[in-house]
Amino acid sequence: MQYIIIGNGVAAVAAVEGIREKDRTGAIRIISEEPYPTYGRPLISYYLAGKIDRDRLWYRPESFYKDHGVELSLGVRVASLDPKARTVACADGSSYSYDKLLLATGGRPTEIDLPGAGGEGVYRFTTLSDAEALLKVVDKAKKAVVVGAGLIALKSAEALLMRKLDVTMVVRSRIMRNYFDEEAGGLLLKHLEAKGLKFLQGATPKEITLDQKGRASKVETSQGDLSADIVIMAAGVSPEATLAKAAGLAVNRGVVVDEFLATSDPDIYAAGDCTEATDMITGELEVLPIWPKAYNQGLYAGRNMAGGKTAHPGGLPMNSINYYGLPTMSVGIVNPPEGQGFEVERMVDEEGERYRKLVIKNGRLAGFVLIGDIEKSGLFTSFVKFGFPVTEDIREKLKRGEPSVLLWPEEFFEETWNPRPTAQPIA
Amino acid sequence: MKRVYIDRHFCIGCGLCELACLTVHSRSKDLAIAYTVERPQGLMSFKKVFRDGSMCASTGCRHCDEPACVEACIAGALTKDPATGRTVYDPEQCVGCMSCLMACPFGAISKSPLEDKIVKCDRCVELDMPACVQACPNRALMYEER
Ligand SMILES: Cc1cc2nc3c(=O)[nH]c(=O)nc-3n(C[C@H](O)[C@H](O)[C@H](O)COP(=O)(O)OP(=O)(O)OC[C@H]3O[C@@H](n4cnc5c(N)ncnc54)[C@H](O)[C@@H]3O)c2cc1C
Repeated sequence: MQYIIIGNGVAAVAAVEGIREKDRTGAIRIISEEPYPTYGRPLISYYLAGKIDRDRLWYRPESFYKDHGVELSLGVRVASLDPKARTVACADGSSYSYDKLLLATGGRPTEIDLPGAGGEGVYRFTTLSDAEALLKVVDKAKKAVVVGAGLIALKSAEALLMRKLDVTMVVRSRIMRNYFDEEAGGLLLKHLEAKGLKFLQGATPKEITLDQKGRASKVETSQGDLSADIVIMAAGVSPEATLAKAAGLAVNRGVVVDEFLATSDPDIYAAGDCTEATDMITGELEVLPIWPKAYNQGLYAGRNMAGGKTAHPGGLPMNSINYYGLPTMSVGIVNPPEGQGFEVERMVDEEGERYRKLVIKNGRLAGFVLIGDIEKSGLFTSFVKFGFPVTEDIREKLKRGEPSVLLWPEEFFEETWNPRPTAQPIA
Repeated sequence: MKRVYIDRHFCIGCGLCELACLTVHSRSKDLAIAYTVERPQGLMSFKKVFRDGSMCASTGCRHCDEPACVEACIAGALTKDPATGRTVYDPEQCVGCMSCLMACPFGAISKSPLEDKIVKCDRCVELDMPACVQACPNRALMYEER
Protein backbone atom coordinates (compact mmCIF):
# COMPACT_ATOMS: atom_id res chain seq x y z
CA MET A 1 0.00 0.00 0.00
CA GLN A 2 1.37 3.42 -0.96
CA TYR A 3 -0.03 6.46 0.84
CA ILE A 4 0.76 9.97 -0.30
CA ILE A 5 0.00 13.01 1.80
CA ILE A 6 0.20 16.49 0.35
CA GLY A 7 0.95 19.00 3.10
CA ASN A 8 2.84 18.64 6.36
CA GLY A 9 0.70 20.55 8.83
CA VAL A 10 -1.32 19.16 11.72
CA ALA A 11 -3.83 17.39 9.48
CA ALA A 12 -0.99 15.54 7.71
CA VAL A 13 0.68 14.55 10.98
CA ALA A 14 -2.57 13.29 12.48
CA ALA A 15 -3.20 11.30 9.30
CA VAL A 16 0.16 9.57 9.70
CA GLU A 17 -0.81 8.69 13.27
CA GLY A 18 -4.20 7.44 12.07
CA ILE A 19 -2.72 5.31 9.28
CA ARG A 20 -0.17 3.76 11.62
CA GLU A 21 -2.87 2.70 14.09
CA LYS A 22 -4.10 0.33 11.41
CA ASP A 23 -1.25 -0.25 9.00
CA ARG A 24 2.29 -0.66 10.32
CA THR A 25 3.92 -1.51 7.02
CA GLY A 26 2.37 0.49 4.16
CA ALA A 27 4.63 3.12 2.59
CA ILE A 28 3.85 6.74 3.44
CA ARG A 29 5.26 9.77 1.64
CA ILE A 30 4.65 13.36 2.68
CA ILE A 31 5.14 16.01 0.00
CA SER A 32 5.01 19.60 1.17
CA GLU A 33 5.95 22.99 -0.11
CA GLU A 34 7.24 24.41 3.16
CA PRO A 35 10.81 23.30 3.85
CA TYR A 36 10.36 22.70 7.60
CA PRO A 37 9.43 19.71 9.71
CA THR A 38 5.90 20.08 11.05
CA TYR A 39 5.44 23.08 13.33
CA GLY A 40 2.69 24.70 15.34
CA ARG A 41 1.39 27.20 12.83
CA PRO A 42 -0.37 29.31 15.48
CA LEU A 43 2.97 29.57 17.30
CA ILE A 44 4.44 31.88 14.66
CA SER A 45 2.94 34.85 16.51
CA TYR A 46 4.54 33.70 19.78
CA TYR A 47 7.82 33.37 17.91
CA LEU A 48 7.56 36.80 16.28
CA ALA A 49 6.69 38.34 19.65
CA GLY A 50 9.79 36.76 21.19
CA LYS A 51 7.77 34.67 23.65
CA ILE A 52 9.28 31.38 22.46
CA ASP A 53 12.53 30.30 20.77
CA ARG A 54 12.71 28.64 17.41
CA ASP A 55 13.24 25.19 18.96
CA ARG A 56 9.83 25.30 20.61
CA LEU A 57 7.99 25.62 17.31
CA TRP A 58 8.25 21.96 16.37
CA TYR A 59 4.99 20.12 16.82
CA ARG A 60 6.50 16.64 16.95
CA PRO A 61 9.94 15.36 17.99
CA GLU A 62 12.64 15.19 15.33
CA SER A 63 12.34 11.40 15.17
CA PHE A 64 8.63 11.49 14.31
CA TYR A 65 8.98 10.77 10.60
CA LYS A 66 11.51 8.00 11.08
CA ASP A 67 9.52 6.45 13.93
CA HIS A 68 6.42 6.35 11.75
CA GLY A 69 8.19 5.18 8.62
CA VAL A 70 7.48 8.31 6.60
CA GLU A 71 9.47 9.39 3.56
CA LEU A 72 9.68 13.14 3.13
CA SER A 73 9.74 15.43 0.14
CA LEU A 74 9.97 18.86 1.75
CA GLY A 75 10.28 22.10 -0.17
CA VAL A 76 8.46 20.40 -3.03
CA ARG A 77 5.21 21.68 -4.52
CA VAL A 78 2.75 19.28 -6.07
CA ALA A 79 1.77 20.74 -9.43
CA SER A 80 -1.03 18.39 -10.44
CA LEU A 81 -2.95 15.20 -9.69
CA ASP A 82 -4.11 12.54 -12.07
CA PRO A 83 -6.91 10.65 -10.30
CA LYS A 84 -7.27 8.16 -13.17
CA ALA A 85 -3.61 7.15 -13.27
CA ARG A 86 -3.37 7.71 -9.47
CA THR A 87 -0.25 9.80 -9.71
CA VAL A 88 0.91 13.19 -8.47
CA ALA A 89 3.34 15.34 -10.42
CA CYS A 90 5.62 17.78 -8.60
CA ALA A 91 6.99 21.13 -9.71
CA ASP A 92 10.57 19.79 -9.45
CA GLY A 93 9.81 17.17 -12.09
CA SER A 94 9.41 14.22 -9.76
CA SER A 95 6.23 12.16 -9.75
CA TYR A 96 4.75 9.48 -7.51
CA SER A 97 2.01 6.87 -7.66
CA TYR A 98 -0.44 6.32 -4.84
CA ASP A 99 -3.08 3.88 -3.74
CA LYS A 100 -4.57 6.37 -1.30
CA LEU A 101 -3.97 10.11 -1.41
CA LEU A 102 -4.64 12.75 1.24
CA LEU A 103 -5.01 16.43 0.46
CA ALA A 104 -3.91 18.28 3.59
CA THR A 105 -3.06 21.48 1.77
CA GLY A 106 -4.43 23.91 4.37
CA GLY A 107 -5.34 27.48 3.55
CA ARG A 108 -3.88 30.42 1.71
CA PRO A 109 -4.05 34.03 2.84
CA THR A 110 -7.08 35.67 1.31
CA GLU A 111 -5.76 38.41 -0.94
CA ILE A 112 -7.24 41.90 -0.93
CA ASP A 113 -6.98 43.50 -4.32
CA LEU A 114 -4.95 46.55 -3.34
CA PRO A 115 -2.43 48.48 -5.46
CA GLY A 116 1.02 48.05 -3.96
CA ALA A 117 0.13 44.84 -2.09
CA GLY A 118 2.95 43.03 -3.88
CA GLY A 119 5.60 45.56 -2.87
CA GLU A 120 8.62 45.00 -0.69
CA GLY A 121 7.89 45.47 2.99
CA VAL A 122 4.38 44.08 2.55
CA TYR A 123 3.93 40.79 4.36
CA ARG A 124 1.44 38.02 4.93
CA PHE A 125 1.39 36.19 8.24
CA THR A 126 0.56 32.52 7.91
CA THR A 127 3.88 30.70 7.66
CA LEU A 128 7.13 30.31 9.53
CA SER A 129 8.89 31.92 6.56
CA ASP A 130 6.64 34.97 7.01
CA ALA A 131 7.65 35.18 10.67
CA GLU A 132 11.36 34.76 9.83
CA ALA A 133 11.15 37.50 7.19
CA LEU A 134 9.52 39.84 9.70
CA LEU A 135 12.08 38.98 12.38
CA LYS A 136 14.80 40.23 10.06
CA VAL A 137 13.25 43.69 9.92
CA VAL A 138 11.48 44.28 13.25
CA ASP A 139 14.51 45.69 15.01
CA LYS A 140 14.96 48.50 12.49
CA ALA A 141 11.34 49.21 11.68
CA LYS A 142 9.38 51.80 13.64
CA LYS A 143 5.89 51.84 12.24
CA ALA A 144 3.67 48.99 11.20
CA VAL A 145 0.22 48.92 9.66
CA VAL A 146 -1.90 45.78 9.79
CA VAL A 147 -4.77 45.53 7.33
CA GLY A 148 -7.46 43.22 8.69
CA ALA A 149 -9.46 42.60 11.85
CA GLY A 150 -9.50 38.89 12.51
CA LEU A 151 -7.38 36.48 14.52
CA ILE A 152 -4.29 36.58 12.30
CA ALA A 153 -4.41 40.38 12.01
CA LEU A 154 -4.70 40.81 15.77
CA LYS A 155 -2.05 38.25 16.66
CA SER A 156 0.47 39.72 14.23
CA ALA A 157 -0.28 43.25 15.49
CA GLU A 158 0.17 42.10 19.07
CA ALA A 159 3.50 40.49 18.26
CA LEU A 160 4.82 43.64 16.57
CA LEU A 161 3.62 45.72 19.51
CA MET A 162 5.58 43.46 21.82
CA ARG A 163 8.58 44.15 19.57
CA LYS A 164 8.06 47.82 20.48
CA LEU A 165 6.78 48.98 17.10
CA ASP A 166 4.15 51.64 16.67
CA VAL A 167 1.29 49.53 15.31
CA THR A 168 -1.98 50.67 13.73
CA MET A 169 -4.71 48.33 12.55
CA VAL A 170 -6.85 49.33 9.61
CA VAL A 171 -10.27 47.91 10.36
CA ARG A 172 -13.14 48.08 7.94
CA SER A 173 -15.91 47.35 10.43
CA ARG A 174 -15.14 45.75 13.79
CA ILE A 175 -12.49 43.46 15.22
CA MET A 176 -13.17 39.70 15.53
CA ARG A 177 -16.51 40.22 13.86
CA ASN A 178 -17.11 36.54 13.15
CA TYR A 179 -16.85 35.60 16.79
CA PHE A 180 -17.57 38.66 18.90
CA ASP A 181 -20.62 40.89 19.03
CA GLU A 182 -20.22 44.65 19.44
CA GLU A 183 -19.93 44.50 23.20
CA ALA A 184 -17.30 41.77 23.28
CA GLY A 185 -15.37 43.37 20.42
CA GLY A 186 -15.52 46.70 22.21
CA LEU A 187 -14.16 45.20 25.39
CA LEU A 188 -11.25 43.64 23.53
CA LEU A 189 -10.60 46.86 21.63
CA LYS A 190 -10.38 48.85 24.84
CA HIS A 191 -8.00 46.32 26.32
CA LEU A 192 -5.71 46.45 23.29
CA GLU A 193 -5.81 50.24 23.09
CA ALA A 194 -4.72 50.40 26.71
CA LYS A 195 -1.74 48.22 25.74
CA GLY A 196 -0.78 50.71 23.04
CA LEU A 197 -2.28 49.25 19.89
CA LYS A 198 -3.89 51.85 17.61
CA PHE A 199 -6.98 51.35 15.51
CA LEU A 200 -8.29 53.12 12.47
CA GLN A 201 -11.87 51.93 12.37
CA GLY A 202 -14.38 52.17 9.57
CA ALA A 203 -11.45 52.64 7.23
CA THR A 204 -11.18 51.09 3.80
CA PRO A 205 -7.62 50.62 2.56
CA LYS A 206 -7.11 52.21 -0.86
CA GLU A 207 -3.49 51.75 -1.79
CA ILE A 208 -0.08 50.91 -0.42
CA THR A 209 2.27 53.63 -1.62
CA LEU A 210 5.66 52.35 -2.69
CA ASP A 211 8.79 54.51 -2.80
CA GLN A 212 11.18 54.61 -5.80
CA LYS A 213 12.84 51.38 -4.68
CA GLY A 214 9.47 49.65 -4.61
CA ARG A 215 9.33 49.63 -0.82
CA ALA A 216 6.10 50.25 1.09
CA SER A 217 6.10 53.69 2.69
CA LYS A 218 2.50 54.37 3.51
CA VAL A 219 -1.01 52.99 3.48
CA GLU A 220 -3.72 55.21 2.06
CA THR A 221 -7.17 54.66 3.50
CA SER A 222 -10.61 56.26 3.32
CA GLN A 223 -9.83 57.78 6.75
CA GLY A 224 -6.43 59.22 5.88
CA ASP A 225 -2.88 58.02 5.31
CA LEU A 226 -0.63 56.05 7.64
CA SER A 227 3.11 55.93 7.16
CA ALA A 228 4.60 52.47 7.53
CA ASP A 229 7.89 50.56 7.35
CA ILE A 230 6.02 47.26 7.58
CA VAL A 231 2.59 46.43 6.22
CA ILE A 232 0.86 43.17 7.07
CA MET A 233 -2.03 42.06 4.91
CA ALA A 234 -4.22 39.81 7.02
CA ALA A 235 -7.67 39.28 5.60
CA GLY A 236 -7.95 35.71 6.80
CA VAL A 237 -7.40 32.44 4.94
CA SER A 238 -9.30 30.54 2.28
CA PRO A 239 -9.07 26.81 1.56
CA GLU A 240 -6.24 25.79 -0.77
CA ALA A 241 -8.20 23.71 -3.25
CA THR A 242 -6.31 24.43 -6.48
CA LEU A 243 -5.12 20.87 -7.03
CA ALA A 244 -8.50 19.35 -6.25
CA LYS A 245 -10.31 21.74 -8.56
CA ALA A 246 -7.94 21.14 -11.47
CA ALA A 247 -8.30 17.38 -10.99
CA GLY A 248 -12.08 17.67 -11.25
CA LEU A 249 -12.92 16.81 -7.64
CA ALA A 250 -16.00 18.35 -6.03
CA VAL A 251 -15.02 21.76 -4.65
CA ASN A 252 -17.24 24.55 -3.30
CA ARG A 253 -15.34 27.02 -1.18
CA GLY A 254 -13.22 24.10 0.04
CA VAL A 255 -12.67 20.51 -1.02
CA VAL A 256 -15.96 18.76 -0.29
CA VAL A 257 -15.63 15.65 1.89
CA ASP A 258 -18.15 13.14 3.21
CA GLU A 259 -18.33 11.93 6.82
CA PHE A 260 -15.43 9.55 6.15
CA LEU A 261 -13.30 12.44 4.85
CA ALA A 262 -13.35 11.03 1.32
CA THR A 263 -13.59 13.47 -1.57
CA SER A 264 -15.67 12.79 -4.67
CA ASP A 265 -12.89 10.33 -5.67
CA PRO A 266 -12.94 7.30 -3.31
CA ASP A 267 -9.13 7.02 -3.27
CA ILE A 268 -8.57 10.68 -2.44
CA TYR A 269 -9.24 12.01 1.03
CA ALA A 270 -8.96 15.54 2.38
CA ALA A 271 -8.55 16.95 5.89
CA GLY A 272 -7.93 20.27 7.63
CA ASP A 273 -8.24 23.85 6.47
CA CYS A 274 -8.60 22.87 2.80
CA THR A 275 -11.92 21.10 3.38
CA GLU A 276 -15.57 21.92 3.48
CA ALA A 277 -17.21 19.42 5.81
CA THR A 278 -20.25 18.88 7.98
CA ASP A 279 -20.45 21.07 11.06
CA MET A 280 -21.27 19.27 14.32
CA ILE A 281 -23.97 21.73 15.33
CA THR A 282 -25.50 23.15 12.16
CA GLY A 283 -25.16 19.95 10.15
CA GLU A 284 -24.30 22.10 7.13
CA LEU A 285 -21.18 22.02 4.98
CA GLU A 286 -18.83 24.62 6.45
CA VAL A 287 -15.27 25.82 6.03
CA LEU A 288 -13.77 25.80 9.51
CA PRO A 289 -10.07 26.68 9.57
CA ILE A 290 -9.16 25.71 13.12
CA TRP A 291 -6.47 23.49 14.56
CA PRO A 292 -8.51 20.93 16.56
CA LYS A 293 -10.70 20.16 13.58
CA ALA A 294 -7.67 19.79 11.30
CA TYR A 295 -6.11 17.31 13.73
CA ASN A 296 -9.26 15.31 14.18
CA GLN A 297 -10.12 15.15 10.50
CA GLY A 298 -6.56 14.11 9.72
CA LEU A 299 -6.73 11.30 12.28
CA TYR A 300 -10.01 9.96 10.91
CA ALA A 301 -8.90 10.34 7.31
CA GLY A 302 -5.74 8.36 8.10
CA ARG A 303 -7.68 5.54 9.72
CA ASN A 304 -10.17 5.39 6.88
CA MET A 305 -7.44 5.44 4.23
CA ALA A 306 -5.94 2.44 5.99
CA GLY A 307 -9.13 0.43 5.70
CA GLY A 308 -11.18 1.81 8.59
CA LYS A 309 -14.71 3.07 8.22
CA THR A 310 -15.32 5.51 11.04
CA ALA A 311 -17.58 8.49 10.49
CA HIS A 312 -16.20 11.81 11.67
CA PRO A 313 -18.51 13.52 14.19
CA GLY A 314 -18.14 16.88 12.41
CA GLY A 315 -16.19 19.97 13.35
CA LEU A 316 -17.09 22.04 16.40
CA PRO A 317 -16.09 25.70 15.98
CA MET A 318 -13.81 26.69 18.88
CA ASN A 319 -11.09 29.22 19.52
CA SER A 320 -9.10 30.08 22.62
CA ILE A 321 -6.98 33.14 22.06
CA ASN A 322 -5.13 35.30 24.52
CA TYR A 323 -4.85 38.91 23.36
CA TYR A 324 -2.13 40.68 25.24
CA GLY A 325 -3.01 39.11 28.57
CA LEU A 326 -6.77 38.96 28.03
CA PRO A 327 -8.02 35.39 27.55
CA THR A 328 -10.95 34.90 25.18
CA MET A 329 -12.87 31.83 24.06
CA SER A 330 -15.69 31.10 21.70
CA VAL A 331 -17.33 27.74 21.07
CA GLY A 332 -20.20 26.75 18.79
CA ILE A 333 -22.69 29.23 17.37
CA VAL A 334 -21.82 32.61 18.85
CA ASN A 335 -23.41 35.10 16.45
CA PRO A 336 -26.81 33.55 15.83
CA PRO A 337 -28.97 34.82 12.99
CA GLU A 338 -32.11 36.78 13.91
CA GLY A 339 -35.49 35.10 14.00
CA GLN A 340 -34.47 31.46 14.10
CA GLY A 341 -35.35 30.84 17.71
CA PHE A 342 -31.99 31.59 19.31
CA GLU A 343 -31.95 33.19 22.74
CA VAL A 344 -28.97 35.10 24.05
CA GLU A 345 -27.85 35.68 27.64
CA ARG A 346 -25.13 38.25 28.18
CA MET A 347 -23.18 39.13 31.29
CA VAL A 348 -20.83 42.09 31.02
CA ASP A 349 -18.39 43.49 33.57
CA GLU A 350 -16.46 46.18 31.75
CA GLU A 351 -14.35 47.24 34.72
CA GLY A 352 -13.19 43.70 35.37
CA GLU A 353 -12.77 42.94 31.64
CA ARG A 354 -15.15 40.03 31.96
CA TYR A 355 -17.82 38.98 29.54
CA ARG A 356 -19.97 35.91 29.14
CA LYS A 357 -22.43 35.20 26.37
CA LEU A 358 -24.61 32.13 26.11
CA VAL A 359 -26.51 31.21 22.96
CA ILE A 360 -29.43 28.88 23.60
CA LYS A 361 -31.77 27.17 21.18
CA ASN A 362 -34.50 24.61 21.83
CA GLY A 363 -33.39 24.23 25.43
CA ARG A 364 -29.81 23.41 24.47
CA LEU A 365 -26.61 25.45 24.63
CA ALA A 366 -25.63 26.16 21.01
CA GLY A 367 -22.54 28.19 21.81
CA PHE A 368 -20.81 30.60 24.17
CA VAL A 369 -18.21 33.34 24.40
CA LEU A 370 -16.06 33.93 27.46
CA ILE A 371 -13.69 36.82 28.04
CA GLY A 372 -11.55 37.20 31.13
CA ASP A 373 -13.01 34.43 33.24
CA ILE A 374 -12.33 31.22 31.33
CA GLU A 375 -11.61 28.70 34.08
CA LYS A 376 -14.89 26.77 33.61
CA SER A 377 -14.93 26.85 29.81
CA GLY A 378 -14.56 23.09 29.39
CA LEU A 379 -17.79 22.38 31.22
CA PHE A 380 -19.62 24.96 29.11
CA THR A 381 -18.21 23.08 26.11
CA SER A 382 -19.69 19.83 27.46
CA PHE A 383 -23.16 21.33 27.16
CA VAL A 384 -22.56 22.35 23.54
CA LYS A 385 -20.79 19.19 22.48
CA PHE A 386 -23.11 16.66 24.10
CA GLY A 387 -26.30 18.70 23.73
CA PHE A 388 -27.44 18.33 27.35
CA PRO A 389 -30.84 19.81 28.20
CA VAL A 390 -30.68 23.30 29.69
CA THR A 391 -33.60 23.52 32.13
CA GLU A 392 -34.54 26.81 33.84
CA ASP A 393 -32.52 25.81 36.88
CA ILE A 394 -29.47 24.85 34.83
CA ARG A 395 -29.80 28.00 32.75
CA GLU A 396 -29.57 30.11 35.91
CA LYS A 397 -26.41 28.30 36.94
CA LEU A 398 -24.84 28.68 33.51
CA LYS A 399 -25.71 32.38 33.57
CA ARG A 400 -23.89 32.72 36.86
CA GLY A 401 -20.90 31.03 35.28
CA GLU A 402 -21.29 27.83 37.27
CA PRO A 403 -21.47 24.85 34.92
CA SER A 404 -20.84 21.58 36.75
CA VAL A 405 -20.67 17.86 36.08
CA LEU A 406 -23.54 17.59 38.57
CA LEU A 407 -25.79 19.33 36.03
CA TRP A 408 -25.25 16.59 33.46
CA PRO A 409 -27.97 13.98 32.89
CA GLU A 410 -27.31 11.20 35.38
CA GLU A 411 -26.86 8.46 32.77
CA PHE A 412 -24.20 10.50 31.03
CA PHE A 413 -22.42 11.12 34.30
CA GLU A 414 -22.39 7.40 35.07
CA GLU A 415 -21.18 6.47 31.60
CA THR A 416 -18.38 9.00 31.87
CA TRP A 417 -17.13 8.48 35.40
CA ASN A 418 -18.44 5.10 36.42
CA PRO A 419 -19.09 2.96 33.36
CA ARG A 420 -20.03 -0.65 33.84
CA PRO A 421 -17.04 -2.92 33.47
CA THR A 422 -16.82 -4.42 30.03
CA ALA A 423 -16.82 -8.20 30.06
CA GLN A 424 -13.27 -9.45 30.43
CA PRO A 425 -12.30 -12.65 28.63
CA ILE A 426 -11.63 -15.44 31.12
CA ALA A 427 -7.97 -16.27 30.99
CA MET B 1 -5.60 0.05 31.14
CA LYS B 2 -6.48 1.08 34.67
CA ARG B 3 -8.38 4.30 35.25
CA VAL B 4 -9.75 6.22 38.20
CA TYR B 5 -13.54 5.79 38.44
CA ILE B 6 -15.99 7.37 40.81
CA ASP B 7 -19.20 6.14 42.36
CA ARG B 8 -20.77 9.42 43.29
CA HIS B 9 -23.28 7.79 45.61
CA PHE B 10 -20.35 7.05 47.90
CA CYS B 11 -18.65 10.43 47.53
CA ILE B 12 -19.06 12.50 50.70
CA GLY B 13 -17.40 15.60 49.30
CA CYS B 14 -14.72 15.61 51.98
CA GLY B 15 -11.98 16.80 49.61
CA LEU B 16 -9.33 14.45 51.01
CA CYS B 17 -8.56 13.43 47.40
CA GLU B 18 -7.68 17.03 46.59
CA LEU B 19 -5.40 17.27 49.59
CA ALA B 20 -3.71 13.97 48.78
CA CYS B 21 -3.19 15.16 45.21
CA LEU B 22 -1.73 18.42 46.45
CA THR B 23 0.66 16.61 48.78
CA VAL B 24 1.88 14.01 46.33
CA HIS B 25 2.67 16.70 43.74
CA SER B 26 4.40 19.00 46.24
CA ARG B 27 8.13 19.34 46.72
CA SER B 28 7.90 18.82 50.46
CA LYS B 29 5.47 15.84 50.36
CA ASP B 30 4.07 17.29 53.56
CA LEU B 31 0.43 18.33 53.57
CA ALA B 32 0.81 21.29 55.90
CA ILE B 33 3.77 22.72 54.00
CA ALA B 34 2.17 21.96 50.65
CA TYR B 35 -0.98 23.77 51.72
CA THR B 36 0.48 26.75 53.51
CA VAL B 37 3.72 27.37 51.60
CA GLU B 38 3.59 25.75 48.18
CA ARG B 39 -0.04 26.45 47.35
CA PRO B 40 0.46 30.22 47.40
CA GLN B 41 3.43 29.60 45.10
CA GLY B 42 1.16 28.01 42.52
CA LEU B 43 0.76 24.39 43.60
CA MET B 44 -2.71 23.13 42.77
CA SER B 45 -4.71 19.93 43.09
CA PHE B 46 -5.40 18.08 39.85
CA LYS B 47 -8.66 16.78 41.30
CA LYS B 48 -11.82 18.84 41.48
CA VAL B 49 -14.64 18.18 43.91
CA PHE B 50 -18.02 19.47 42.77
CA ARG B 51 -20.65 20.12 45.42
CA ASP B 52 -24.27 21.13 44.91
CA GLY B 53 -26.71 20.71 47.75
CA SER B 54 -26.63 17.08 48.75
CA MET B 55 -24.77 16.02 45.61
CA CYS B 56 -21.03 15.87 45.23
CA ALA B 57 -18.44 14.24 43.01
CA SER B 58 -14.69 14.20 42.68
CA THR B 59 -13.43 14.30 39.12
CA GLY B 60 -10.17 14.50 37.20
CA CYS B 61 -8.52 13.58 33.91
CA ARG B 62 -9.98 10.42 32.37
CA HIS B 63 -6.93 9.83 30.18
CA CYS B 64 -9.31 9.41 27.25
CA ASP B 65 -8.41 7.18 24.32
CA GLU B 66 -9.11 10.07 21.95
CA PRO B 67 -8.56 13.16 24.06
CA ALA B 68 -10.01 16.48 22.96
CA CYS B 69 -7.13 18.23 24.74
CA VAL B 70 -4.47 16.51 22.62
CA GLU B 71 -6.39 17.35 19.48
CA ALA B 72 -6.61 21.02 20.49
CA CYS B 73 -3.00 21.48 21.61
CA ILE B 74 -1.25 23.78 19.14
CA ALA B 75 2.16 23.28 20.73
CA GLY B 76 2.49 19.50 20.91
CA ALA B 77 2.58 19.79 24.70
CA LEU B 78 -0.20 17.24 25.24
CA THR B 79 0.29 13.76 23.83
CA LYS B 80 -0.86 10.19 24.37
CA ASP B 81 1.76 7.79 25.69
CA PRO B 82 1.01 4.58 23.80
CA ALA B 83 2.90 2.48 26.34
CA THR B 84 0.96 3.55 29.43
CA GLY B 85 -2.22 5.04 27.94
CA ARG B 86 -1.65 8.22 29.91
CA THR B 87 -2.39 11.64 28.47
CA VAL B 88 0.91 13.36 29.14
CA TYR B 89 1.53 17.08 29.64
CA ASP B 90 4.88 18.74 28.94
CA PRO B 91 4.92 22.18 30.60
CA GLU B 92 8.15 23.15 28.80
CA GLN B 93 6.48 22.89 25.42
CA CYS B 94 3.19 24.54 26.52
CA VAL B 95 2.59 28.15 25.42
CA GLY B 96 -0.45 28.69 27.65
CA CYS B 97 -3.05 29.21 24.90
CA MET B 98 -5.68 27.39 27.01
CA SER B 99 -7.17 25.60 24.00
CA CYS B 100 -7.13 22.36 26.01
CA LEU B 101 -8.98 23.98 28.89
CA MET B 102 -11.73 24.98 26.46
CA ALA B 103 -11.76 21.70 24.55
CA CYS B 104 -11.88 19.20 27.43
CA PRO B 105 -15.62 18.64 27.98
CA PHE B 106 -14.92 16.87 31.27
CA GLY B 107 -13.53 20.01 32.89
CA ALA B 108 -10.41 18.08 33.84
CA ILE B 109 -7.88 20.80 33.07
CA SER B 110 -7.21 23.85 35.21
CA LYS B 111 -5.29 27.01 34.55
CA SER B 112 -2.24 27.28 36.71
CA PRO B 113 -2.90 30.11 39.16
CA LEU B 114 0.36 31.99 38.69
CA GLU B 115 1.71 31.25 35.23
CA ASP B 116 0.43 30.70 31.70
CA LYS B 117 0.45 26.94 32.08
CA ILE B 118 -2.13 24.31 32.92
CA VAL B 119 -2.36 21.60 35.54
CA LYS B 120 -3.81 18.16 34.94
CA CYS B 121 -3.69 14.66 36.41
CA ASP B 122 -0.56 12.62 35.66
CA ARG B 123 -2.15 9.50 37.17
CA CYS B 124 0.63 9.48 39.77
CA VAL B 125 3.31 8.05 37.50
CA GLU B 126 5.41 6.69 40.34
CA LEU B 127 2.65 5.06 42.38
CA ASP B 128 0.84 1.77 41.87
CA MET B 129 -2.34 3.39 43.12
CA PRO B 130 -3.00 7.12 42.55
CA ALA B 131 -2.87 9.19 45.73
CA CYS B 132 -6.48 10.37 45.43
CA VAL B 133 -7.77 6.79 45.35
CA GLN B 134 -5.60 5.84 48.32
CA ALA B 135 -6.94 8.78 50.30
CA CYS B 136 -10.65 8.25 49.59
CA PRO B 137 -12.20 7.26 52.94
CA ASN B 138 -15.43 5.88 51.51
CA ARG B 139 -14.07 4.03 48.47
CA ALA B 140 -15.95 6.33 46.13
CA LEU B 141 -12.80 6.49 44.02
CA MET B 142 -11.64 3.27 42.42
CA TYR B 143 -8.60 2.45 40.36
CA GLU B 144 -9.57 -0.38 38.04
CA GLU B 145 -9.38 -1.98 34.67
CA ARG B 146 -12.84 -1.85 33.07
C1 LIG C 1 -1.03 33.19 12.92
C2 LIG C 1 -2.02 32.08 13.04
C3 LIG C 1 -2.58 31.79 14.27
C4 LIG C 1 -3.50 30.76 14.43
N1 LIG C 1 -4.01 30.49 15.66
C5 LIG C 1 -4.88 29.50 15.83
C6 LIG C 1 -5.37 29.16 17.13
O1 LIG C 1 -5.01 29.77 18.13
N2 LIG C 1 -6.27 28.14 17.23
C7 LIG C 1 -6.69 27.43 16.15
O2 LIG C 1 -7.50 26.53 16.30
N3 LIG C 1 -6.22 27.70 14.92
C8 LIG C 1 -5.33 28.71 14.73
N4 LIG C 1 -4.84 28.97 13.47
C9 LIG C 1 -5.28 28.11 12.36
C10 LIG C 1 -4.48 26.80 12.31
O3 LIG C 1 -3.13 27.09 12.27
C11 LIG C 1 -4.91 25.95 11.14
O4 LIG C 1 -6.27 25.60 11.30
C12 LIG C 1 -4.09 24.66 10.96
O5 LIG C 1 -2.73 24.94 10.93
C13 LIG C 1 -4.52 23.91 9.70
O6 LIG C 1 -3.72 22.81 9.50
P1 LIG C 1 -3.68 22.02 8.11
O7 LIG C 1 -2.84 20.81 8.36
O8 LIG C 1 -5.05 21.85 7.58
O9 LIG C 1 -2.96 22.98 7.06
P2 LIG C 1 -1.62 23.81 7.10
O10 LIG C 1 -1.01 23.85 8.43
O11 LIG C 1 -1.93 25.10 6.45
O12 LIG C 1 -0.63 22.97 6.17
C14 LIG C 1 -0.80 22.86 4.79
C15 LIG C 1 0.52 22.66 4.12
O13 LIG C 1 0.31 22.20 2.78
C16 LIG C 1 1.25 22.82 1.93
N5 LIG C 1 0.74 22.80 0.56
C17 LIG C 1 -0.36 23.43 0.06
N6 LIG C 1 -0.47 23.20 -1.26
C18 LIG C 1 0.57 22.40 -1.61
C19 LIG C 1 1.00 21.80 -2.84
N7 LIG C 1 0.33 21.99 -3.98
N8 LIG C 1 2.12 21.06 -2.83
C20 LIG C 1 2.81 20.85 -1.68
N9 LIG C 1 2.45 21.38 -0.49
C21 LIG C 1 1.34 22.15 -0.47
C22 LIG C 1 1.38 24.22 2.51
O14 LIG C 1 2.58 24.81 2.09
C23 LIG C 1 1.34 23.95 4.00
O15 LIG C 1 2.62 23.74 4.52
C24 LIG C 1 -3.90 29.99 13.29
C25 LIG C 1 -3.34 30.27 12.05
C26 LIG C 1 -2.41 31.29 11.91
C27 LIG C 1 -1.82 31.55 10.57
